[in-house]
Amino acid sequence: MAGVLDLTAAGAIAQIEAGELSAAELFDAYRARAAIDRDDGEDGLNCFTWVAEESPHSAERAAPLRGLPLAVKDLFCTEGVPSQSGSRILEGYRPPYTATAVAQLAAAGAPLLGKTNQDEFAMGSSNENSAYGPVLNPWDRTRVPGGSSGGSAAAVAAGLAPWALGTDTGGSIRQPAALCGIVGLKPTYGAVSRYGMIAFASSLDQAGPLTRDVTDAALLLAHMVGQDERDATSLAFPGPIAPPSAERLDGVRLGVPAELTGEGIQPGVRDAFRAALARAQGLGAELCEVRLPHAPHALSAYYVLAPAEASSNLARFDGVRYGLRAADAEDLLDMYTRTRHDGFGAEVKRRIMLGTYALSAGYYDAYYGCAQRVRTKIVADFDAAWEEVDFIVTPTSPTVAFGLGERTGDPWSMYISDFCTVPMSLAGIPAISIPCGLASDGDGPQLPVGLQIAGRVFSENRLLDAAYALEQALDFDGSPARV
Amino acid sequence: MSEYEPVIGLEIHIQLATVTKMFCGCELGFGEPPNTRTCPVCLGLPGALPVANARAVHFGLMIGLALGCELAPRSIFHRKNYFYPDLPKGYQISQYDSPLCRGGRLGEVRIHRVHLEDDAAKLVHIGASGRIHGSDASIVDFNRGGTPLAEIVTEPDLRSADQAGEWLRLLRTTMRQLGVSDVNMEEGSLRCDANISLRPAGSEQLGVKTELKNMNSFRFIERGIRAEVARQERILREGGRVEQETLHFDPASERITSLRSKEEAHDYRYFPEPDLVPVAIEAAMLQAASAALPELPAAREERLRDAVGLSADSAHLLAFRPELGDYFEAALSAAGDPAPPAQMLANWVTGDLLARLVAQAPAGQGTGGDEEEEGRGSERSDTAVGDPSRSRVGPAALATLVGLVAAKRISVGAGRQVLDRLVAEGGEPREIVAAEGLEAMGGGEELAVAVAAAIAAHPEAAANMRDGSAKAIGPIVGHVMRATKGRADGGAVTRLVHEQLGL
Amino acid sequence: MARLARLKLADEEVEAMARELSGVLDHIAKIGELDLDGVPPTSHVVEVVGRLRPDEPRPCLPREVALAQAPAVQDDGFLVPSPQA
Repeated sequence: MAGVLDLTAAGAIAQIEAGELSAAELFDAYRARAAIDRDDGEDGLNCFTWVAEESPHSAERAAPLRGLPLAVKDLFCTEGVPSQSGSRILEGYRPPYTATAVAQLAAAGAPLLGKTNQDEFAMGSSNENSAYGPVLNPWDRTRVPGGSSGGSAAAVAAGLAPWALGTDTGGSIRQPAALCGIVGLKPTYGAVSRYGMIAFASSLDQAGPLTRDVTDAALLLAHMVGQDERDATSLAFPGPIAPPSAERLDGVRLGVPAELTGEGIQPGVRDAFRAALARAQGLGAELCEVRLPHAPHALSAYYVLAPAEASSNLARFDGVRYGLRAADAEDLLDMYTRTRHDGFGAEVKRRIMLGTYALSAGYYDAYYGCAQRVRTKIVADFDAAWEEVDFIVTPTSPTVAFGLGERTGDPWSMYISDFCTVPMSLAGIPAISIPCGLASDGDGPQLPVGLQIAGRVFSENRLLDAAYALEQALDFDGSPARV
Repeated sequence: MSEYEPVIGLEIHIQLATVTKMFCGCELGFGEPPNTRTCPVCLGLPGALPVANARAVHFGLMIGLALGCELAPRSIFHRKNYFYPDLPKGYQISQYDSPLCRGGRLGEVRIHRVHLEDDAAKLVHIGASGRIHGSDASIVDFNRGGTPLAEIVTEPDLRSADQAGEWLRLLRTTMRQLGVSDVNMEEGSLRCDANISLRPAGSEQLGVKTELKNMNSFRFIERGIRAEVARQERILREGGRVEQETLHFDPASERITSLRSKEEAHDYRYFPEPDLVPVAIEAAMLQAASAALPELPAAREERLRDAVGLSADSAHLLAFRPELGDYFEAALSAAGDPAPPAQMLANWVTGDLLARLVAQAPAGQGTGGDEEEEGRGSERSDTAVGDPSRSRVGPAALATLVGLVAAKRISVGAGRQVLDRLVAEGGEPREIVAAEGLEAMGGGEELAVAVAAAIAAHPEAAANMRDGSAKAIGPIVGHVMRATKGRADGGAVTRLVHEQLGL
Repeated sequence: MARLARLKLADEEVEAMARELSGVLDHIAKIGELDLDGVPPTSHVVEVVGRLRPDEPRPCLPREVALAQAPAVQDDGFLVPSPQA
């Protein structure tokens, strides 16, 4: 069985189709491993908050994805199954409906393996903000896996799931993918339906795949995209997502923005990044310098816009209709305030306060209004860049995985982890992270480094192709992380 | 005459008569069992998303066109954030600085804006509940939550409670004509708040305004406005200052009390709704909305005046009271031979017929389209009174009747008698004339005899007439009319009296 | 601000929160230094308009499902402390 668990999703599917592998057995094998991790307490990685109790029906096995189990980030509503978004305020909440993306994938033959742990309400870059305990990085269990989709990323890296769904608002798929040495893709905003995704920041949230390789990412994405009549911001993807096949990068122009590749990047990360770029050149790619003048302000704009939208999205958690309600409330106000005090963690409270402030009378123009204008400039910066280059490349994360507890004392030091990924989120453009090497942050062990490639809106096919070609050349070995 | 002039603006919410809610596909109903018309969207469940109802936008456009507004080529939804149990998401989806419609006018009042939003759920106070520690409890029913609303805000062009009441009735009639809403205050499909301030008569500046809320009938609105104007006037007379606040009018006691909530003033933290995209008005949408418009009062008034030839007053009255206008036009087109002149027919509709219908109504009800009887709860009573189409007098019958009078086949007096019968029992005018023997009396032998008898019966009147008093003819004419049961023609009688008296 | 967001902060939390937020705000405020005159705000990064839904009914949730996760139910409704009138 062990060999089978090393297969990529695409590989497993091929074997199932060839009759060499039983989908049911594969599902059970993964389910057992996931359950062990969840029940292992301190010995496990704590990737899962819920694991399926039984194998799915045979119907899935006729569908394209052949019943390959999918780990799903907790914030996706899954009917009858706990969907808590990493929060105490939704402890035990079982929605009466399933998120469109999850339902679509289940119909395509990827049934639910389990719900993965995450930073509370997707707010965080280390998965230390979960009400259900931190997730550990399988490369080094004293370090964080990244966040907010830490559970999904760690599960895939550790071989506890063949693939997983995550969400990305400011980097929450890409950054944990980088820190865990796997592939993570944030699609074009609107390409995947948000219906049923417990919202963090509506104009930024996007669902995407976390996988062992680029081929799997393309396969999962292909079955996730599509306009949904229940999501007014969702778009029809112009054409199918194809399996990537490029072997070279001849004629591909890669833009390297000084603002996101110089200051603030850990030396080891920078070296791995440059080495990867050299490889790309070896495949025929042309490197160009580009400027994204407003990129340095992206993080600030993001930390105004995202908390502002979040402060409004989280107002529905008031103890009236579902979720936690503080006991023995003296009156309505008491019920609201104590419920939310008890139910929300510190980071969530911080962002709600920040967001409320940014929208409040007298401050709107200075903060929210201003941040929206910065957003316009960032979009314009990328538009200008596309005149010169096909893709923009940066390190995904400025550092390798940092230690648990290292940054929890100072919010901004945590927020900085996102400075390379946030600009793409603000612009709504697709971006993928692929592992490109290992580096140490000083005395520590060699840990994965991620390379981010971003393209223009709806360029996923070309993006996946370029990532694939580079991935093949880099030949990163993710097996040390396997449990 | 007061030294102060009231300045009144209205803020009206109407529930749109769509099939489903504003942002989800739950079917609207009325009086359904609690919480049976909900879904993840209108319950505010985590992960649910709104999608705007195309028909609500269509109705919004119709309202904008009917009120002569400028329609925004692009309008966006905003979130209005505050906490309340009847607000499941913790925000209402409304429109802020780019509403669907701006400007416009209805009658004498300018419209400031019209926008779309979703309604809150229903909160029912139930007093103490053993299940809730401490304070009183409420129960929330989300059936109504999410109902599409059009909010219409006027400029402060109204100057009195009566004017406000009348204008509100005009608005209601217009909305009914459009078919966009039931606009029934009892059922909650029409709600109105008033903004009231006072200023020295003749001044151009606006005073401090108060907001009067939660008045749920036309009568209460008028009384509430009147009471608030009086209250403000008292304050100003005594040299005090009016405080800007939200107030409640209690119709039972006629008292105005402050509604200000315990918390700080609301900071709604409006920002554009990220889950919805802007509404752009395309040509097809505009066409569909225009095509769906019925003929509106202003246009009808012009047509009645210019094409039908009615007086300005008649045209205005019939245009702005559609129940009268519709009846009049039905009668006009049903008229056979002899056909009545249009103006005469109009006069009979708005004069004799209407007066009899109003007099027929039970005590306590007002005229023409007035609101439900207070405290007695009624269904649709507000259109039953003063609506000729609900009477026993068919339009064709009235046309026939007026035609007979116009052709002098019966006298005006006889005509009125026939009308009395029609109002009371219905029927056909010619049959009634025949049955009661009300044919007009010609100016011949029979009439001359009656006149002579009348003169003989009133020697003093005759004498006064000979002395030059034309008015003295009264009793003589009256006598003839009684004797002939109203069949005599007034003009003929007068002529004969003068003849017989040698005047 | 906490009241506006319906968050109750214990005294010791207030100080830490204030400090943390203040630090974050210092960073964020830098966007105020940019010259953004005449730049329109982006409220929707997708260039899409319309996306209206036809006025057709969709199935509602059965009442027991709607109330299933409610912390307190009475008379087929969600029971809450009364807002002070």
